[in-house]
Amino acid sequence: MNKPIALEMKNVSKYFGSLAANKNVDLTVYRGEILAILGENGCGKTTLMNMIAGIYYPDSGSVYVDGKEAVIHSPKDAFRHGIGMVHQHFKLVDIFTAAENIVLGIDDGKKYSINEVNHKVSEIADKYGFHIDPKKKIYDMSVSEKQTVEILKVLYRGADILILDEPSAVLTPQETDKLFDVLRRMREDGKSILIITHKLHEVLSISDRVAVLRKGEHIATVETATTTAPLLTEMMVGQKVELNINRPEPKNVRDRLEIVDISMKDADGVNVLDHVSFTARSGEILGIAGIAGSGQRELLEAIAGLKDLESGKIIFNRPKKNLPVSFYHKTYAEVVALANEGRFHYEDGTPVDFTGMSHSHICELVNSGKVLFNEDDVMDLRDKTPLQIRELGVRLSFVPEDRLGMGLVGNMDLVDNMMLRSYRKGHSLFVDRKKPSDLAKKIVDDLNVSTPSTHTPVRRLSGGNVQKVLVGREIAAAPTVLMAAYPVRGLDINSSYTIYDLLTEQKENGVAVIFVGEDLDVLVELCDRILVLCAGRVTAVLDGKTATKEEIGLYMTKTDFDNEEKESGTNEESQI
Amino acid sequence: MKNRKFELPFHIVKRDTMPLWKSLAVRVAAIVISLLLCSVLSVLLINKSPLVFFETMFKAVFSRDILIWQFAKDTAVLLCIALAITPAFRMRFWNIGAEGQTLIGALAAVTVAFYLGESLPNGILLIVMFAAAVLAGGLWGFLPAVFKAKWNANETLFTLMMNYVAMELVNFCISVWVQSGSGVLTPLSVGHLPTVLNSYFLLIAIVLVITVIIHIYLRQTKQGYEISVVGESENTARYVGIEVNKVIIRTMIISGAICGIAGFLIVGALDHTVSAESTVGGLGFIAIMVSWLAKFNPLAMIGTSAFITFLRRGTKNLAIRAAFPDIVVGTVLFFIIGCEFFINYKIKFRKANTTDKGGKA
Repeated sequence: MNKPIALEMKNVSKYFGSLAANKNVDLTVYRGEILAILGENGCGKTTLMNMIAGIYYPDSGSVYVDGKEAVIHSPKDAFRHGIGMVHQHFKLVDIFTAAENIVLGIDDGKKYSINEVNHKVSEIADKYGFHIDPKKKIYDMSVSEKQTVEILKVLYRGADILILDEPSAVLTPQETDKLFDVLRRMREDGKSILIITHKLHEVLSISDRVAVLRKGEHIATVETATTTAPLLTEMMVGQKVELNINRPEPKNVRDRLEIVDISMKDADGVNVLDHVSFTARSGEILGIAGIAGSGQRELLEAIAGLKDLESGKIIFNRPKKNLPVSFYHKTYAEVVALANEGRFHYEDGTPVDFTGMSHSHICELVNSGKVLFNEDDVMDLRDKTPLQIRELGVRLSFVPEDRLGMGLVGNMDLVDNMMLRSYRKGHSLFVDRKKPSDLAKKIVDDLNVSTPSTHTPVRRLSGGNVQKVLVGREIAAAPTVLMAAYPVRGLDINSSYTIYDLLTEQKENGVAVIFVGEDLDVLVELCDRILVLCAGRVTAVLDGKTATKEEIGLYMTKTDFDNEEKESGTNEESQI
Repeated sequence: MKNRKFELPFHIVKRDTMPLWKSLAVRVAAIVISLLLCSVLSVLLINKSPLVFFETMFKAVFSRDILIWQFAKDTAVLLCIALAITPAFRMRFWNIGAEGQTLIGALAAVTVAFYLGESLPNGILLIVMFAAAVLAGGLWGFLPAVFKAKWNANETLFTLMMNYVAMELVNFCISVWVQSGSGVLTPLSVGHLPTVLNSYFLLIAIVLVITVIIHIYLRQTKQGYEISVVGESENTARYVGIEVNKVIIRTMIISGAICGIAGFLIVGALDHTVSAESTVGGLGFIAIMVSWLAKFNPLAMIGTSAFITFLRRGTKNLAIRAAFPDIVVGTVLFFIIGCEFFINYKIKFRKANTTDKGGKA
């Protein structure tokens, strides 16, 4: 390559505590090229870029701009070296115009004239083919317009090394194409563009070279023209690691939770869940794979009753088949009505017919447990609050991703945290700390939680112990559905295996387990079926025993899927 | 690699936790140091021996029985208002409207006594006064809570503004009641709380009972538990199915209602009248400090309210230059609040030598 080197990173490392986010990374960026930074979640892409942009400072190693060593302590330093970053989450003032946002924070000593700024912004926009009205307020803008403002902000400050963090995550395929055209024009203008992405087809279509990161390390930088999607996937996911997780055959598999065509939009109007359908079955672990932010969190929170849906159904089949009827959940009239529909049978299988029986006779039959359900109880959990779901008698346990921000209260001790799920029981005004205290002790013993006592605030426990407390509590509720989001994130090997064993044990007890994971090695060894999410859509449901990491990796980055989408998109347009 | 930035020779690190005895020792040390500093100031500024100064303070508070009773009474009133705001504060709902909630309770009690005093027997009158004060205070707590719950209105501004609404309502009522235009309502002869031992004892006893009730409410009841969960993390509260808005509204009604009780006690046992300026007289704000210093623990608030009252009463009528008592109070509070920093953080000095050597090697 004859192009001059714009930026060079040599032996750069960054540690967060004992965790290496980047380890001895070397990276070279040339003038007038688009370099894609590719890698799985948590492989250190964003950390690496943040070190160029002045958000983080490397623990060791050095950065060179135009051959000279550069000390980048802040975004301001970065701009001095002509480096600008467009973050995934926009940092714009809603009530300002595009131009006002663009000049915000610039102090060049000159007199401020908004007309001049407007003019200059339009000039830059025209040069690269952006369409933007500098006088438009941010709150009137679509997501892609906001992104344009962010990019212009960087260009206005004279950056010639641009870093884009997953720019297409918030865009429609058509908008992405437009953005890529603009990026190509910038490249022709001699700018260097670093684009963080995990969409393989984008890497292949826009970049000149690809740098692949895995677990904080730089694996290789290759010419895009000489590589293929499967080769990149292999570099990204690495060799298969044998974990030897125990996976017993599923038994008594029955449909427990049917997700039917659910969709959800986020605050920016982006589809975070897009017509998702699948079934979770009792006695099975359903794995959910996907790049972070593909809708996993929203999906679980929607099922748990914490998020509102745009459309779709969450059908729950409460285990009822061959179980006695009780008046606890049903009134007398409901029981009679259901009997008339032929929904019950006697122990020997003959259908129940109450006609001609006296009130007391029916009550006696039901109370003695001789009348059994034909079917499971079917109910729609959509738009129900967590409290309503519990009141329906649905035992849904949820281990959320954010353990101390959602699952547990960091400043409360183990006992009070046990109480979160159960404190409502009974009609007493007062809380009963006896049972939660026993449960806390039991969990500490059973799961080897290392804690000074059950009266220690959970925030003082280590990550693995916090997770054991949370999982232990959720399992103690004897769930019919157990959802766990990244339950082994940040845990050491032993704690991780404890959690796998607990999930498997629940599966054997007939619980429908949903496991959201990021480590593909774990997913293929632990789960019976694996659902792959990409940008809020289900791209595949694979058999856990036969699925390979590469296969999952490809579905996670949805190469084929996007082409279909684009084709159908253009078809629709031509029809109109 | 040259660092252009000036680096301090130390940096500040958050502590994990400090054992109780150690944190108590830090607090005691802070008070001792602040008093020593006050002594130095006393010599420098008013040319008096520090011992004389502190002796005067103690004498002003404890020298006679009646002064001790007044001290206990002032402590109790302050404690009652501090107890009122504590449930809201534990929920991280920054209710700075205790002033107005107490005042509106007092106004409601006076209004009842003013119009019904002649026609009702004293016992029933007191009950109606109590109920009116509780309802009025509760309403003053309910309004900001509803706006917070439904439209996420800023509770601090809202409760603050409600203070002024209450004050102007008092001024309006007095202008209607007092025809002379003096703007002062002479104490009413009806609606007095019965005298047990003296006119303060009953008030003090009632506040102590409220203290115990609030303590139990916050620690032992389901509602108190919900308050803590909402305060710690609304996400967690929603996750376990707590209706956050309901808890916010319920807690603020309770908070306002206890302020209303404080207003009723001030009217029924002490003032028998109401005034926008002097009925509560800023106690609604001082109570925030009491609650905060006690870490929202109702039992500890007995101590903090007594301490603040001691400082206020001890320096009130000192025959020395007017600004000096304020300097003393300010210094002591500065140290007490400032020492929290050393309880939560520790200062680590950079080992300049080792890093330099490391760099060269």
